[in-house]
Amino acid sequence: MTTALGGSAQQDAPAGSGRAGLLDQVLKIRELAIGAVLVLMLAATELDNGSFLSVQGIKDLLLNASILVLVATGQALVVITRNVDLSVGSVLGITAFAAGDILQGGGNPVLAVLAAVGLGIAFGLLNGLLVSIGQVPALVVTLGTLYIVRGVDSLWVGSREITANNLPASYSGFGHDGLWAIPYLGLLAAAVLVVAALYLRHYRSGRELYALGSSPEAARLAGVPIRRRVLTAYLLCGALAGLAGALYLARFGNVDSGTGTGYELTVVSAVVVGGVAFTGGSGSVHGAALGALLLTSINSVLPAIGVSSVWVLAIDGVLLLAAITVDRLTALRVARLLRNRAAATRSLRDHPAQTRSLRHG
Amino acid sequence: MSRLPFAHRPARHPLGRVATALALTAAVAVTASACGGTTKSSTDAAGGQTAATGAANPNAATKTGLKVAFLPKQVNNPYFTIADNGGKKALDALGETYKEVGTSSGTDTAGQVSYVNTLTQQQMNAIAVSAQDPGALCTALKQAMSSGVKVVTYDSDTDPGCRQLFVSQASSEALGRSEVQLIAKEIGYTGDIAILSAAQTATNQNTWIGYMKDELKKPAYKNMKLVTVAYGNDDAQTSFQQTQGLLQQYPGLKGIISPTTVGIKAAAQYLSGSQYKGKVQLTGLGTPNDMRAYVKDGTVSAFELWDPAKLGELAAYAATALASGQITGAQGQSFKAGDLGSFTIGANGVVLLGDPTVFNASNIDQFDF
Repeated sequence: MTTALGGSAQQDAPAGSGRAGLLDQVLKIRELAIGAVLVLMLAATELDNGSFLSVQGIKDLLLNASILVLVATGQALVVITRNVDLSVGSVLGITAFAAGDILQGGGNPVLAVLAAVGLGIAFGLLNGLLVSIGQVPALVVTLGTLYIVRGVDSLWVGSREITANNLPASYSGFGHDGLWAIPYLGLLAAAVLVVAALYLRHYRSGRELYALGSSPEAARLAGVPIRRRVLTAYLLCGALAGLAGALYLARFGNVDSGTGTGYELTVVSAVVVGGVAFTGGSGSVHGAALGALLLTSINSVLPAIGVSSVWVLAIDGVLLLAAITVDRLTALRVARLLRNRAAATRSLRDHPAQTRSLRHG
Repeated sequence: MSRLPFAHRPARHPLGRVATALALTAAVAVTASACGGTTKSSTDAAGGQTAATGAANPNAATKTGLKVAFLPKQVNNPYFTIADNGGKKALDALGETYKEVGTSSGTDTAGQVSYVNTLTQQQMNAIAVSAQDPGALCTALKQAMSSGVKVVTYDSDTDPGCRQLFVSQASSEALGRSEVQLIAKEIGYTGDIAILSAAQTATNQNTWIGYMKDELKKPAYKNMKLVTVAYGNDDAQTSFQQTQGLLQQYPGLKGIISPTTVGIKAAAQYLSGSQYKGKVQLTGLGTPNDMRAYVKDGTVSAFELWDPAKLGELAAYAATALASGQITGAQGQSFKAGDLGSFTIGANGVVLLGDPTVFNASNIDQFDF
């Protein structure tokens, strides 16, 4: 009900930048909160351990997050439409092997990356068609494709594996090199993120993803081509999972038939922690990226301050619940704000003299 | 619970396990109904307490045409594929028949139990099994033994009463101590070292680490200090981040021992792309194929492991000797294992493969696994 406001409602809101700004702020609380937690956590760790934010340290933080950021960006696009793609872990695994298989045979690295992306798009197409045309719940469809893709992977790959020795040095180098403290993978993830954010914010079809996520019925009546938009979201998600697979290969240098198993849960956690509501229509890709950065940073912070990694899972769980709580509180707050605004608009119509005081309220 | 250098990737998706189990149950049901569930009349039933009973005839001829099944922890796992192919090679040479069955998940214990039952119904002469769990397979394996099927465990043992022999890759003591000896040589017997293990609860890793700590008490290592044990959970990303944490937390760290094949290759991949390459030594248990690139680029100078192919071979010879009546699994009996030589059964029915092999730049290209 309130979720539509994450997107189009802001633009359609009546003039009055002060009020729209306030609404905007409330909606940004989640991103701000994650950003604040992240900064505090990193600063505290740096105080405790001076080498945490060294050049190598920053580079590692960014590298650790890059691949998750890419997949989470794709997942956010799908979740915004009130769907989900659980097959991303399997797709990442099979595309990583596909890229490795090409490189192993002496293939061109660019071709390998393109093949991984292409294979990702193919699986995205399968998911998208099943969800949009089949009208089957996304959770079930993508759970099915999760197993199918993993099964195909197991049959195709068998007990083979790609090791660092099979890869050209330049390809592995791309996985860990960069400009000073900024790794190439981080730059690539940032570029994808910016493009996705611009698409969601400024393109009609991007806005329509929010519209159909907040109310599919209303969106349909408003003339949004629902099937095509959902298909687009899945295609993009598949493409990004494929790209992430190729980069996983570069970063870890080792792929077998089990690569990426269980990754979908990490991705979904990042997206939810980043404030993309599972009820659809709300959230942003940069929120999801922040969520990914936060989750991977926790895994770096704990060992750096000497805390056992056993705590990591519990902390991730607490963060998820915190994110959902903030989500719910924000939704309630927005609802109240809207009611107040509606009342204010009414009274404004009746008593125009109050305009000035409202602006400052 | 596992003796593998890597505790297998856990099925993190609970539904995954359920679905696999369901699929396997269905598959097993089909197989079971196809062979009618006949049980071979038990001729030489093994007792419940000690698996090794009956008289052995060391001079008995090796029977041919025996049906021997390999049941690894996980099929399609490169390590087990090599081990089982070693078993196949030995069985082919002896004129026996080989087959491999197993679950696609390394933690699907229910699936593994079903496979044991099916193999029993198919009247195999012997089963070589790498147990996912020391206790869970017991009932099924005892049933198999009482139906006349000889049971050998390899790589990962069950409780000693549930099998006739355990073919062990190397003694835990030799593995633990030799890894300390390797790192000590690399860092000149001076400086801080850390351990990057698998899961905190991995019994095999913990046993090895216990021997490492004991080895470090010797006077030769008085200038070396084990600062911490980190746990990478046999996950590439976690192992990466634990390695990063170790290097940040202990800036003066000289060396890392990673007694897990997943941990060591992740640590090596991280080191090879970081400022620490060549400055921090890394050793542990790894496979030559995984580690080749890092040995060649100078990140790692030496690491060790047993040869899984020989492990499988020895398991096959042990199974054949049991099924031929040459041994029963009692301590002190010995049997011949082709090129591998002659082996004597130790306490608790354990057969040791031997000392681990050390791999370095000079010999790594002779190995392909």
